[in-house]
Amino acid sequence: MDESARPIFRRGSLSLRGPVWVLLLAAVFYLLSSPSAVFAQDWVKTGTSLGVEKVRLAVPDFKPATNDPQTASLLNTFNNTLWNDLDVSGVVELVSKSFYPLQVPGQPPEVNFLAWNAPPPNAAMLAFGNLGVAAGKLTVQGWLYDVKNTQSPEVLGKQYGDAASDAAARLMAHKFADEIIFRLGGGIPGIAETQIYFVSDRSGHKEIWAMDYDGSNQRQLTHLGSIALAPRVSPDGSRVAFSGLTKSGWEIMMYSLDLNRTVGFPHMGGTNLSPAWSADGLKLAFSSSRAGTPEIYVSDASGGNLNRMTAAKGPDVSPVWNRKTNAQIAFVSGRTGLPQIYTMGADGTNLLRMTDQGYAVSPNWAPNGQFLTFAWERKYGPGDPGALDIYLMDIASKQFVQLTHDGGRNDSPSWSPDGRHIVFQSSRSGKEEIWTMLADGTKVQQLTFTGHNTQPNWSWK
Amino acid sequence: MKSQSKKWFLLIIALSAVLTLGACKKKAAPPPPPPPPAPPAPTASISVTPNSIQAGQSASLTWQTSNATDVSIDGIGAVQPNGSQSVSPTDSTTYHLTAKGAGGSQEATARLTVTQAPPPPPPPAAPTVTDEDLFGQNIKDVYFDYDKSDIRADQQSSLQADAAFLSQHSNINFTIEGHCDERGSTDYNLALGDKRASAVKDALTSAGVNASRIKTISYGKEKPFCTESNEACWQQNRRGHLVYQK
Repeated sequence: MDESARPIFRRGSLSLRGPVWVLLLAAVFYLLSSPSAVFAQDWVKTGTSLGVEKVRLAVPDFKPATNDPQTASLLNTFNNTLWNDLDVSGVVELVSKSFYPLQVPGQPPEVNFLAWNAPPPNAAMLAFGNLGVAAGKLTVQGWLYDVKNTQSPEVLGKQYGDAASDAAARLMAHKFADEIIFRLGGGIPGIAETQIYFVSDRSGHKEIWAMDYDGSNQRQLTHLGSIALAPRVSPDGSRVAFSGLTKSGWEIMMYSLDLNRTVGFPHMGGTNLSPAWSADGLKLAFSSSRAGTPEIYVSDASGGNLNRMTAAKGPDVSPVWNRKTNAQIAFVSGRTGLPQIYTMGADGTNLLRMTDQGYAVSPNWAPNGQFLTFAWERKYGPGDPGALDIYLMDIASKQFVQLTHDGGRNDSPSWSPDGRHIVFQSSRSGKEEIWTMLADGTKVQQLTFTGHNTQPNWSWK
Repeated sequence: MKSQSKKWFLLIIALSAVLTLGACKKKAAPPPPPPPPAPPAPTASISVTPNSIQAGQSASLTWQTSNATDVSIDGIGAVQPNGSQSVSPTDSTTYHLTAKGAGGSQEATARLTVTQAPPPPPPPAAPTVTDEDLFGQNIKDVYFDYDKSDIRADQQSSLQADAAFLSQHSNINFTIEGHCDERGSTDYNLALGDKRASAVKDALTSAGVNASRIKTISYGKEKPFCTESNEACWQQNRRGHLVYQK
């Protein structure tokens, strides 16, 4: 190992700004075991101390407001969705339901402050409300109360209405959860309404699929009947670029989420792989072997104005733009042997090698532009079991931290727009499936269970 | 007297002949004996459309009966009084319908002619070996080391044999598929497979094979030859696979 890449906990002077990264600091703090705890303390002090102690939030089940037969099942959907959204948010600490008083409120007058703000629940915040179906219309009322502030407790009061359906109940729970997370999580919008695009073979062919961020509402987008790979949604959420096997070989293809069909994109010739959008949505970077070996090219979003960015003999693939600055591209190159992560300016200059050993692939840039996450088989060598794990690296210092430790092959990490979550594929359950975790490696959840599911890509908003 | 008995004798013979012949003949038209109180005799008809098919095709068998309580078709069994059914016999078949009722029984037949499918076109006069057969017998795939796309020394003999064969059969066009083992990322393996296919192509063109005859495609780790997770299997999957192009 040379000086450029070393475990992140060996240096204590990493400077971070912005509330999102406070969480990562906390993450690192968590992951650091006793030998390095001394240094870890420095880190926590560099933050704003927000998020180090999470808000204790109690979320009693919403109460039924009507006797309509649909109320019970929609209430169940709403309560489960809201709880899960808040639980995985990484922003609050949910107070276990076993600590709740027997009488829970469905309306503001029913709130007994003493029953919530003192132990055993000892909650700082209380989210409560009611849900009812009347004449086919679903209505949800929800409040967020600061139960330590009995004089003026209301932080949030919301009412939602729509035609009664399971999807509507889920959407209302997502919206209410995002309101809470926005207020308790330092003003960063929640992700409960975001989408994840991925590859699934459950139809018999690898096609592009989409799902809600929590794994619900999984649906097939493409019907190529051959192989579709590497979906990348545009920043505005209107298109998904991917690599598809056509009669003339692998070409970059485009699926319109407005028209719900593939739309034209010029064929480049050669093998064209792993498209990536620039942060402004105006450009695409991808790997093409149209001139011989697979190199990184940049084109307009329409496929015009093609420019070659690399000129190495080794295969160059999997580019990704720095989504904060839009001025850098990270990619994978096998120019020195096993694939490693590199960065370069968006104009192809200033090449930097980020990893110095093992097998490193699938980079993805954090929303704040300071961190890369990627898959790394760091101790590659004879007798190696072949386990890839997800890592996080600070690009300025090249310090890194390992996020997955649970076996299997973990690959294709992609950040959530709030920077708090990472979605990835893992074979830890026996076959490739899609999982999410907080960016500190905790709150690991499996999202897909049918067929083989790979290459997840989180929407930009 | 003698002539009269002879006359009687002839009459009896004629009558019995009529009776015998009549009994043998199918009841084309039911004999109209006069018993008025007897229940009505059943009627039956059966048809098949089309009445001639090729083996493997099917035809529609349709029948109607009236005044029958017990209707059956030979080879099919008891059926509803009226109905139709799709049949696809392999040989010509006569469908024989029997309708029994209180008023007697009635029969009807329909014949379906089955012609055998035309035989496949005769193979070329002499059983010559096709280019594709020769390609399959002579061409060897080229194997690679892990994460490598340069031609291994032990693969040079395969490549030279391939180049020699392809030079002798200059009419053959073919595709080189680049394959990888299951380790590593999907995208990187596709790029690596592309380099492997190109490496084989470059080796063949520098040995004199015209590049215009060669297509390349990478399958990365998408179409493995072997799906176990061990080195023997991985080696099988790290290859340039040559495929005859029809």
